[in-house]
Amino acid sequence: MGDLVSKFVTTYNYWVYIVLMMIGLYAIIVKNNLVKKVIGLNIVQTAIILFFVSIGAKRGATIPIIAHGHGEEVHAVHAVDYINPLPHVLMLTAIVVSVATLGVALAMAIKLYQEYNTLEEDEIQAQAREE
Amino acid sequence: MKIFALVIVILCGALLIYGTSDFPAWGDPASPASTHVSPYYIEHTIEDTSVPNIVTSVLADYRGFDTMFETIVIFTAGIACFFLLRVIADKDRDTRLYHHALTGMTFRIKEGGKLPEESKEFRRIDSDWVPYDLIMKITCRLVVPFIQLFALYVIAHGHHSPGGGFQGGVIIGAAAILFALSNDLRSAIVRCSEKLAALFYSVGVFIYAGTGLLCVILGMNFLDYGALAKILGVDPVTARSHGILAVEIGVGIAVMGVVVSIYYNLSSAGKHDEGL
Repeated sequence: MGDLVSKFVTTYNYWVYIVLMMIGLYAIIVKNNLVKKVIGLNIVQTAIILFFVSIGAKRGATIPIIAHGHGEEVHAVHAVDYINPLPHVLMLTAIVVSVATLGVALAMAIKLYQEYNTLEEDEIQAQAREE
Repeated sequence: MKIFALVIVILCGALLIYGTSDFPAWGDPASPASTHVSPYYIEHTIEDTSVPNIVTSVLADYRGFDTMFETIVIFTAGIACFFLLRVIADKDRDTRLYHHALTGMTFRIKEGGKLPEESKEFRRIDSDWVPYDLIMKITCRLVVPFIQLFALYVIAHGHHSPGGGFQGGVIIGAAAILFALSNDLRSAIVRCSEKLAALFYSVGVFIYAGTGLLCVILGMNFLDYGALAKILGVDPVTARSHGILAVEIGVGIAVMGVVVSIYYNLSSAGKHDEGL
């Protein structure tokens, strides 16, 4: 039990993202409304973004911008002093791409609404079967 | 169905949580993610690219190819929205509302009716138009230029502080959306037309890919900005920094165009007539 608690204290960040991701997954599976499904997808995306950013963290390190000033001598840079920039780069692009793909998802929802006059999945399927 | 989904979700979550037992502790400097390529990026960014912001140098130089295709993904999303939603309908086929500023009268012109000339006193309004939203309009009009200026700063200062093309592009796009929300969609389209937005995102991707191609023409690898030293007249390390700036500007323009274009299409369901 004490082992589990100490494990939780050092890795609880992952637990939070997993819970968040599962909330999103639940919304994708259960929700009938397409916009709610899209929101679920976005929650999963957010969980993954948070997960990546937390991987980049380093204890006692600062933001990944090398300290510098005008006319200063260049001194040696140590990797321990700066947090890992790679997850930040990946997520920086992922956030903007997620906005763009969210736009496409909503565009498809609008198109479906124009076609079937509803955004409820079961009603759309019932109408599609009738045709 | 709901119980079944709940069981799946809880099982999945339990498996993932079980998986975290092998993960490094939070903020561990010796974690696998921080020990392979990232120390190289941190320690060599100054001597390779002379860009102090490591995120920018990794984004546009070490992983430039990846970022180029991210930009193309955004470009594709913009085009997909256009093709999904845009309807080039005959614009005179619906009921329109006009407002006369001097008398305060509102006219409804039905299908096929004669449409009046647009002027300062006599202008077209949305069906959810409210007469006196002056404070909101003026405030947004005052704020928008500063947001745009800040976006340009974010793009241009991405080498030395947090920022870059993606962030700046989104901010400048958000300024356009703020304008469209506070006025109406039509007056936003007058200022930044759909064609201009499409041109922006094409030109942005072109700047990115063109910078890469220029490097090939100058005899080095695709997106190897060191080649630009020959035309810029600086040493290869500074040339890399300039190459990154060119690419970031391309990304900024592309993102701005896509954000604006997606907003236009989504807010009016592709009609570009009455927006939100």
